[in-house]
Amino acid sequence: MLDLPLLSFLIWLPIVGGIGVLIVGDRFGAKQFALGIAALTFLLSLPLYTGFDATTANMQFVELLPWVETFRINYHLGVDGISMPLILLNTFITVLVVIAGWEVITYRISQYMAAFLIMEGLVNGVFVSLDAMLFYIFFEGMLIPLFLIIGIWGGPRRVYASIKFFLYTFFGSVFLLISLIYLYQLGGSFAVADLHKQPIELTPQILIFLSFLLAFGVKVPMWPVHTWLPDAHVEAPTGGSVILAAITLKVGGYAFLRFALPIVPDAAAQLDWLVMLLSLTAIVYIGFVALVQQDMKKLVAYSSIAHMGFVTLGFFAVYGIARYVIGDRVAPEGVPFDLAAQMADGRFDSAILAMQGGMVQMVSHGFISGAMFLCIGVLYDRMHTRDINAYGGVVNRMPMFAAFYVLFAMANTGLPGTSGFVGEFMVILASFKANVWVAILAATTLIVGAAYTLWLVKRVMFGDIRNGEVAELQDINQREFIMLALLAGAVLLLGLWPQPLTDVMEVSIENLLMQALQSKACVGALVGGCL
Amino acid sequence: MVNIAIATPEIFLLCTICLILLIDLFLKEDCRMVTYLLSQVALLATALLVYSRLGGEKITGLNDMYVRDDLGSVLKISILLLAAGVFVYARKYLKDKNLWKSEFFLLALFAVLGMMVMASANSLLVIYLGLELLALSMYTLVAFNRDDGRSSEAAMKYFVLGAIASGLLLYGFSILYGLSGRLDIAGVAAYVSGQQVMTNLPLLFALVFVVAGIAFKFGAVPFHMWVPDVYQGAPTAVTMFLGSVPKVAALAMLLRVLAESVGLANPAWAQMLLVFGLLSVFLGNLIAIAQFNLKRMFAYSTIAHMGFILLGALSGSTEGYSAALFYTITYAMTAAGGFAILVLLGKEGFEAETLDDIKGLNERNPWYAFIMMLLLFSMAGIPPTVGFYAKLSIIQAVMQAGYLWPAVFMVVMSVIGAFYYLRAIKMMYFDKPDNSDPINAELDFNVLISVNGVLMVVLGIFPSALMGICSAAMVASHL
Repeated sequence: MLDLPLLSFLIWLPIVGGIGVLIVGDRFGAKQFALGIAALTFLLSLPLYTGFDATTANMQFVELLPWVETFRINYHLGVDGISMPLILLNTFITVLVVIAGWEVITYRISQYMAAFLIMEGLVNGVFVSLDAMLFYIFFEGMLIPLFLIIGIWGGPRRVYASIKFFLYTFFGSVFLLISLIYLYQLGGSFAVADLHKQPIELTPQILIFLSFLLAFGVKVPMWPVHTWLPDAHVEAPTGGSVILAAITLKVGGYAFLRFALPIVPDAAAQLDWLVMLLSLTAIVYIGFVALVQQDMKKLVAYSSIAHMGFVTLGFFAVYGIARYVIGDRVAPEGVPFDLAAQMADGRFDSAILAMQGGMVQMVSHGFISGAMFLCIGVLYDRMHTRDINAYGGVVNRMPMFAAFYVLFAMANTGLPGTSGFVGEFMVILASFKANVWVAILAATTLIVGAAYTLWLVKRVMFGDIRNGEVAELQDINQREFIMLALLAGAVLLLGLWPQPLTDVMEVSIENLLMQALQSKACVGALVGGCL
Repeated sequence: MVNIAIATPEIFLLCTICLILLIDLFLKEDCRMVTYLLSQVALLATALLVYSRLGGEKITGLNDMYVRDDLGSVLKISILLLAAGVFVYARKYLKDKNLWKSEFFLLALFAVLGMMVMASANSLLVIYLGLELLALSMYTLVAFNRDDGRSSEAAMKYFVLGAIASGLLLYGFSILYGLSGRLDIAGVAAYVSGQQVMTNLPLLFALVFVVAGIAFKFGAVPFHMWVPDVYQGAPTAVTMFLGSVPKVAALAMLLRVLAESVGLANPAWAQMLLVFGLLSVFLGNLIAIAQFNLKRMFAYSTIAHMGFILLGALSGSTEGYSAALFYTITYAMTAAGGFAILVLLGKEGFEAETLDDIKGLNERNPWYAFIMMLLLFSMAGIPPTVGFYAKLSIIQAVMQAGYLWPAVFMVVMSVIGAFYYLRAIKMMYFDKPDNSDPINAELDFNVLISVNGVLMVVLGIFPSALMGICSAAMVASHL
């Protein structure tokens, strides 16, 4: 089993399967074929968890082949505790998305299924790439299927939304490309592990960090480059919204961990206030924006932005936490990172908590936002409107659906016992050690988030039956029940027992944190520009 | 030293063309297919001849006027194969438009011969000869549809502006000759190596004219005015030829003149190329947004792409030159494919050339739409298509030469450029078709366009082989 190139399978099986679906066409069972491929990919991803060694921060399941010799680009794959959960999330959500499109998509079915399968393969590629250029290729290639998904099967303003989505993300990522080429010329390698060790002076570090921030910030998305997300969500078909919220936003967060923090730690330490500020703006301001939305999808889209704010807040709070330990944000040059001293103080644990909280929040948000969008899809398929005012009293006609809906809404507000609570709580707890006011501001989201989510539930679900259309609603069928039940199980499991998730990432995060807190701005001659 | 053998492929092609001319005289109207087949055989046989001489040392001959090296051979093989591909695509167009005449193939063959001469020239005068053979054939080809006013107008514009550019180039050559007393490339190079380039005013003066002439042939801003009009006015088959094959020849000219003969004056001409390149990338991408006619849109996008090639070449390094060569070859393939789709959508009495004509292509024929999408993504430089690697190697070379901010400018402009490619894809995939006539093509056309489209991804995933060929060619020619 261990000899199989498992990661390659996870990338190429869905892509080849997707092409197969295209060739099979709409005539014979494109849906069944696609479901088979998605399920097989999910099963293949399970050995990543069972065979994972949580005691080491080293990359596992590594594959290394030379690829483009001219630029020394390698086909280098591997996973650690940070990427592995996200791969499982991706393969799991893709199965649901295929099921979600089962009866809903009525034209060009094979193309629809193929686009999602190819998307799955490319996203897996993003998470397992250990070569920066390979990562970039998957990162960009991902845009193509999603662009088509929004544009072909989307709503009335789909053209605007799809092109806006594409250009926003493309604009961000070309700066990533420039930075990667710059790094390549500095060290002669695209390997992520080499980039982590590459010493860089402070000024270039800051420029590189800003371009990373632009590239990944658009993906996350962070305020103020978030405006593509509500448009894309509103116009995308249900499956597209689920993939967008549950998977592609995570790519941005993941990339911060893999690239921004370890490659340019000094710049990250200098500019952590900027990211924290943007994150807090997302959490508080976007929360209020969500409050006034009339469109259900838009509301959930804005709440996604607010929740992703927690992720970036958690990642960058570590500098604020570490500052109290060593008098500076990162270990100064020449002084090796002193783990023991930090452990004694307990601050290091807090930093780990913050980062872990961000990761848990990513996974949990994947489940919850996916579920929310699926629920909206369920309603939209019946009523063909997402306007909150068109609903009311749905619970009277769809009791089973209402139960799920309320559960996911509660998870979205961060109710203890659901996965939404765990991540937010960890981040808030840890950020108290960085700055009390940051923590307090972040905690207000519990109020705002509860306000907009519960108000949504109240207006859609409860009250009297609003009109004749609502009166004729049918409760969810078996297919919809299976999807929602699977997600409900995941949300509750992660909420009640998050340890399996936090355990696998613990060592990797510790290792990452040590890299992120160790200065590399002035190795060698340059002393003047040191921190 | 005479050594006439080094020009065997060119001599063979010339003889074959004459033979085809003769045979064609005795063919009846309905036997034009024979001319077409003979032309294809001529191209492929010449390509084989060139291929059989690949590798080995650089040899000059014909009194040092001519050279055979790997760089020339790679350029020639690309020219010949691209031309053969364009012929396959053109056949459908010519038949549809009642232009099924042997002159198209013969003139194109003469143009190919001219380009081969340019690729192997070892003397400024021979470059000029090859260029004129190419240019005169092209002027005629543009006017090929003589009943069409736009076609004649385009040919006239092309001729007048082309003649001025040739004059500029020749004037530059004559100053170089006056300064160095030599016309052969090594002689000019020897002269330049002994000069303080930046303070030698006559040399700078010559360079300005030479670079202007070359930039005109590339269609780089500010010498780009002819490109949109000619692209739009010429019959699509001719535009396809013009938009793909001569780009390789233009690069050949750039490499032979700027890189080989005045290569040591790089600091001087690099600045000119920098301005031309950045302006081309800027204006080409920006104006293309405003175009509704696909042929014009491709024209402006060509301008932007040529800007990339010039910027790649300006670094003056082996990496830069081979990046430019890689970019040119892959771009020529992409452009030929893009025009082929236009040919495919046209039919008797109807020219497909606006964005409306590709509306809903995905519903009419998903496979052609998919190919066109790959071609457009490749032009936009989105991985995993080959266009990404082409852009990557250019940007890498530009940054290596120390031009960080121009590189940033280039990538930002390519984001703007992505917009109009996306708009075309949007037309194909997101809109409903205006008409649902079936799209028919013969087997050879279908096979070639499929290979062309799939190559975009295959070369995008495995670019090493072609990149290796490009850089090996540069190394073999000591560039």
